[in-house]
Amino acid sequence: MKLFQRLVPWILLAIALFILPAALDDFRLNLFGRYFALSITALAIDLIWGYTGLLSLGQGIFFALGGYAVAMNLMLNTKSQAGGNGIPKFFENYGVDQLPFFWQPFWSPVFSLIALWVIPAAVAGVVGWLIFRNRIKGVYFSIITQAALMVFFHFFNGQQKLFDGTNGLKTSTSELFGQLVGSPDMQTWFYRLTVLLLPLAFLVCRYFTSGRFGDALIAIRDDESRLRFAGFNPVPFKTIVFLVAGALCGISGALYTVQSGIVSPQYMSISFSIEMVIWVAVGGRGTLVGPIIGATVVNYLRSLVSEALPEAWLFVQGALFIFVVVLMPDGIYGWITKGGFRTFLAAFGIAKKAKTYPQIDKEAVPVD
Amino acid sequence: MELFFSQILDGLSIGSVLLLAATGLAIVFGLMGVINLAHGEFMMLGAYVTYVVQSAFKPMGGVIFELYFPISLVLAFIVTALIGVLLEKTLIRQLYGRPLETLLATWGVSLILIQLIRSVSTAMTLGIIVGVVVGFLLSKLLGAKYSEKPFFTYLNGLGWAVAIGIGLVAVNLFDQIRPLAKPWFGPRNIDVTAPKWLQGSWGMIGTIELPGLRIFIILLSALLLVATYWFLNKSVWGLRIRAVTQNRQMSNCLGIPTDRVDSITFGIGSGLAGVAGCAITLLGSVGPNLGAAYIVSCFMVIVLGGVGNLLGTVLASLLLGIIQSVIGSGTLLTIFPDMPLAAKGVIEFFATTSMSLVLVFIFIIVFLQFRPNGMFPQKGRSVDA
Repeated sequence: MKLFQRLVPWILLAIALFILPAALDDFRLNLFGRYFALSITALAIDLIWGYTGLLSLGQGIFFALGGYAVAMNLMLNTKSQAGGNGIPKFFENYGVDQLPFFWQPFWSPVFSLIALWVIPAAVAGVVGWLIFRNRIKGVYFSIITQAALMVFFHFFNGQQKLFDGTNGLKTSTSELFGQLVGSPDMQTWFYRLTVLLLPLAFLVCRYFTSGRFGDALIAIRDDESRLRFAGFNPVPFKTIVFLVAGALCGISGALYTVQSGIVSPQYMSISFSIEMVIWVAVGGRGTLVGPIIGATVVNYLRSLVSEALPEAWLFVQGALFIFVVVLMPDGIYGWITKGGFRTFLAAFGIAKKAKTYPQIDKEAVPVD
Repeated sequence: MELFFSQILDGLSIGSVLLLAATGLAIVFGLMGVINLAHGEFMMLGAYVTYVVQSAFKPMGGVIFELYFPISLVLAFIVTALIGVLLEKTLIRQLYGRPLETLLATWGVSLILIQLIRSVSTAMTLGIIVGVVVGFLLSKLLGAKYSEKPFFTYLNGLGWAVAIGIGLVAVNLFDQIRPLAKPWFGPRNIDVTAPKWLQGSWGMIGTIELPGLRIFIILLSALLLVATYWFLNKSVWGLRIRAVTQNRQMSNCLGIPTDRVDSITFGIGSGLAGVAGCAITLLGSVGPNLGAAYIVSCFMVIVLGGVGNLLGTVLASLLLGIIQSVIGSGTLLTIFPDMPLAAKGVIEFFATTSMSLVLVFIFIIVFLQFRPNGMFPQKGRSVDA
């Protein structure tokens, strides 16, 4: 049994790498690639919400920043898409003939690969530090992150000359290594990349949630004042964990962008950022396996429902929010591992009832 | 300077719309600690109530039609307050003391409300009624036989799942009948025409025209604010609400029905949202997505003003309204034409509606750096809770 448990992650990885590409057609495989990319975001949110108790409603900022970084690099390096001055065509529509200065470094693929997680991390670090320094926490933190999200949303939406406004940047028609990014071949490679990066993100999260650092995070979640009274300063812990989550969201956004073919300010809409939270809640917050399950299951459900009955999805999603919060606060994974499933079986007489109280006064021997 | 004053007036009216929307939220959030993300959707419901009332009054025409607006104000309050009470009794009640969970659950409610308004039709209403009736019957039936068994909760859940399935089938069956399947509102925006007595100008001050609509909204929000203040500070139920806010257990011991206090507080907060929605119909066409435009600004107003403080809410909303209007219209450029180039460039950069919002939100975040608890922070030891 022990051996089997140790093998499970490897089996799952092998299934994702070899069996899914063989079993699914290109379209479905691409969808699964997107789910796994979103799972990285879910992991990041679990890091800050499930472990540290910071419910951020602004992770869309970092997700979109990563997406914009990779999209601009791809567009700049595609000759067929270039307009007059060798810069992307959309600039011409707004009478811009010089690439804005902050886009200049994105000619370089190496810089872009680093920027797509460093820039979100830096933004997250600054925003986080400013907020945590003032001991803003709980719901106020959520509201402020939502306001920050609105700042970025309106900025990217309003600045056509710099970001092509509402249209966003298209990557599906751009080229990489002489091939169309939207082509099935490239998409399969992006799928593989995502499948390999997801376990890496998992390991990063496990590194941060285990050991003394992880203990500090959980202490912040459970009672921050007490941690402070014990002589710790929670600000660096929170800032670091928020920064790491920002970086992970950036990577996730970049992977999602190349697979969906576009990045637009819609990635910074209020609803998308709240949706991310529900993936974690459905899967099981405070565990690292839960968010991956949650993101995959919820998004798969979304595809299924939207294909069958497009109008029904909002009903299903709304009901999911209410159901998970009220009836299943531990999520799917938590329900199974924390005894919910056992109670369920016991109610029907299939499993033995859990022994709750050692009967101390009757017999001194502890049960089991 | 006249331009400046009319711009201020404009800002005041934007601010008073914000104030209308935020007053209800200030009660729900400030007094109950519930993050109601469905607040914007309650406003949307209020707007649709206005639309229904207007459509009902249209055939009568003449003077009676002109009176539809006051009636719809009252009706919007009653309808949304009732829906709020229903929501409190079924859902919010389970989540007290867990504000982040109320945030997620009410977001779910808001999604359902949006889609409900988009696709509600006679067939759908009938289907929902069938589903609910079947659900209650099933749970009664199962309860009579199995209520003592350990698996009853799960069985009951299964019963409700079956009832939802039956409801869905019923919706599909009713949909086959053409006249029943037509959606009542549809996803498109609806238009409410303001009554004539609100459309024109209400006189002049010097050379500045006083547009009736704007003044009416400012007066309405002032009136509602005074009423809310009176209710909370002078009425019996207001006293009870404040008592429960300060110490729930002690109030309970002294015989205050805390359950009913909760329902009434939430109901009034929702009702105020309905009235705000009703007023918003005067400003332009409204659609199912109306709520999203206001909800973030409302929360910012409350955080900026200081939670649980009505005066702070007033000042914050008016301030935000004025900043937004003065910056967004670029009036500063016309008033001070001899500005240095750099400052001019900055102001021009922010002189659109969406960029002025960016500036407003940045302003709030910067402000909270210096006064983390808003303009008028709550005093006392319990703030850190």
